[in-house]
Amino acid sequence: MSGTPPHYHQALVERLQHCLPAHCLVQDTESQRVFDCDGLSLYRELPLLVALPETVAQARQVLQLCDELGVPVVARGSGTGLCAGAMPHPEGLLLGLSKLDKIINIDPLARTARVQPGVSNLSISEAAAAHDLYYAPDPSSQIACSIGGNVAENSGGVHCLKYGLTVHNILSLELLTVAGEQLTIGSEGLDSPGYDLLALLTGSEGLLGIVVEVTVRLLPRPEQARVIMAGFDSVAAAGDAVGAVIAAGIIPAGLEMMDRLAIQAAEDFAAAGYPRDAEALLLCEVDGTSEEVAQHSTRVSELFRSLGASSLTVSTSEAQRALLWKGRKSAFPAVGRLSPDYYCMDGTIPRSQVTHVLQEISRLSGEYGLAVANVFHAGDGNLHPLILFDASDQQQIERAEEFGAKILELSVAVGGCITGEHGVGLEKLAQMSSQFSELELLQMEDIKHAFDPQLNLNPGKGIPILKRCQEYRALPNRQQHE
Amino acid sequence: MSDHTEAILSAVREAGARQCPLYISAGGSKQHIAGRRCDAQILDISAHRGIIDYQPGELVMTARAGTTLVDIVAALAAENQILPFEPPQFDGRATLGGTLACNLSGPARPWYGSVRDTVLGTRLINGKAELLKFGGQVMKNVAGYDVSRLQAGALGTLGIMTEISIRLLPRPESTITLCYEMSAPESVAMMNQRAGQPGPLSGAFWLDGKLYLRISGAASAVKHTADLWGGEQLDHVQDLWAQLRDMSLPFFAGDKPLWRLSLNSSALPTGDPAQTLIDWGGAQRWLRGEFSLPELQRTAQSAGGHATLFCGGDRNSEVRPTPGALAQRLQRRLKYAFDPQGILNPGRLYGWL
Repeated sequence: MSGTPPHYHQALVERLQHCLPAHCLVQDTESQRVFDCDGLSLYRELPLLVALPETVAQARQVLQLCDELGVPVVARGSGTGLCAGAMPHPEGLLLGLSKLDKIINIDPLARTARVQPGVSNLSISEAAAAHDLYYAPDPSSQIACSIGGNVAENSGGVHCLKYGLTVHNILSLELLTVAGEQLTIGSEGLDSPGYDLLALLTGSEGLLGIVVEVTVRLLPRPEQARVIMAGFDSVAAAGDAVGAVIAAGIIPAGLEMMDRLAIQAAEDFAAAGYPRDAEALLLCEVDGTSEEVAQHSTRVSELFRSLGASSLTVSTSEAQRALLWKGRKSAFPAVGRLSPDYYCMDGTIPRSQVTHVLQEISRLSGEYGLAVANVFHAGDGNLHPLILFDASDQQQIERAEEFGAKILELSVAVGGCITGEHGVGLEKLAQMSSQFSELELLQMEDIKHAFDPQLNLNPGKGIPILKRCQEYRALPNRQQHE
Repeated sequence: MSDHTEAILSAVREAGARQCPLYISAGGSKQHIAGRRCDAQILDISAHRGIIDYQPGELVMTARAGTTLVDIVAALAAENQILPFEPPQFDGRATLGGTLACNLSGPARPWYGSVRDTVLGTRLINGKAELLKFGGQVMKNVAGYDVSRLQAGALGTLGIMTEISIRLLPRPESTITLCYEMSAPESVAMMNQRAGQPGPLSGAFWLDGKLYLRISGAASAVKHTADLWGGEQLDHVQDLWAQLRDMSLPFFAGDKPLWRLSLNSSALPTGDPAQTLIDWGGAQRWLRGEFSLPELQRTAQSAGGHATLFCGGDRNSEVRPTPGALAQRLQRRLKYAFDPQGILNPGRLYGWL
């Protein structure tokens, strides 16, 4: 941290020591360093203080105190986010929720699980497995990422084409407001009276409140699942094959595409038997009852063959299915081995535009002199170009960021959006104005204001705050953006 | 089939200038249900209709809010696709905008999602006569707050939706209905047990001593599941599900107040079974008769949910339970953020909103 500490620093420390045990307060710079960024390590900042409450009551007290003193608060789960949404505020408190990590209750008959926000995504499914149930959204980081963070980002995963995003799979939240008041949002039923705050809060990136408990819906584990893997000689042919599956009336559990560079990197990493010579690879998972899986995997295989698949593999065991997915789920670290650093983009595009967009990305790759590998949730149009660069070269960082911004603007231009599942955070703040008009941004600012009048929750992230009237001009500069 | 956005914008502008509130209406099918009575000047947007874009390959449709569901369902049928949320069509008068505003979904809702779950994007006019667009035509979109889904169940009090994009599903290849004679408590147990098994369930309701389960999907899976689950296989019961969807079964006829309870699906049934219909695999229960809202709300709350006076009864008083002070404050502030002068459907959702 540089500069003079804010005037409230001493009062904050003294009073926090009264509401938190000493081991829940991280004050020294060295211990704080592990909290200085999330999964997007290009953006780093040290907080004033880190608080790690062990109970909801402690979290409430911390928020009440910060509200009283006007201290910015940034919430953090496991720190696996990819948009610098959990990057600390230099004059603020980082509220880590990782110690709230209990699975409170699983109700097998009603198929729900009540969990604290620090519980990892995967451990919910592991706990529910005893009842042959699971929690459907499965981000690639599911071993580590927390359910609280999933709610903040409305996380998806490779299975959301069929089973939806976080917003489709949660029933209720316990929310703390910026002032530390507690509110139940949603219910044990499928809807609630009044405004749908559950929808509004999901994906709100810690800007409207702090989630301290989540009730999720659980689904019966499918009787069977099978992966059909096919290589194609062109991205266009693979794109046509994706369209053909949908047109055949099949909603696969997952439908993923990778381009040549991503295939090769993943194969080097996972040795899953991917076709190294293919220009594009499709992984299509069908699940359901054994009969349904047999019927659909036969149909998908026929479609892929008739549309020119150069190779075709259908998984015959759970081990093989897991191996085929391992390549895809480790695609990011696999690509990471090709280059000192990579920058992951997250635009969503209409599926029909994939060939055009990948051609454009390839052209831009030449223009900026940076290689790019593409991993694509083809079923739902969510594209992850991974731009390879070297972060020790400032010029390359700038080129990578500019290249990334171009890709996001391209996504909007073809009818898509700047972020499908990673969130806006700090990273995509500038691109918000390519997707939204000024009036739309002001409407979102008014929503923010309804929940957080002093703009103390995760300031400077998610929604650009425009300078427009006296009350905002009175705020410190740190919370304003042009 | 034309665009009346400009006319709606100027009506809202004028209403704001004269501080004269508006009651938004299109098909008029929900005027006497879902919300409180609203006596404001009627703004009829039924002419603002028509499908703007339909891409079967993308499983996405965009239509003007005044488009009737009947028109949408017909267009989808030609491509062998369906509206996942199976909404009530109410004699053909129900529109897409009204359906989203009231968050009405039919029997398939627990398995295929609600209209709220299905919406991808909206264009709407707020109380300041600003035309705004949120979300889009793609399934994954986390940029900004989810203002589109916030409209679900807001009963038009935050904005007048003009265009809505929704996600579609392929029509299931095959459907079978199974019927079992059993009591209401037995049916709730069975609905929940079956929903926890990996069969392709798409409907589960109980009425008059009978449980009806609908299974839909790949023909092989439907047949296998039907054989496994037993029960009496009913043929030609499409009408039964359509009448349940449209609330036109004899159960819904007559003037007695109709109450809706949205609950934990496994909650034990209470009350007179003869006046009860259990839908949504136990999560939505309809009750006929004279009750007080606080009385039913206590019952519903102990089952993890809430009660609403859906149709009939006193529609000048509150028809849904009043939330606590904090929730009330946040909802008032949200209303103010969208409609500071309170000109859109005042009092329709709550008397204080």
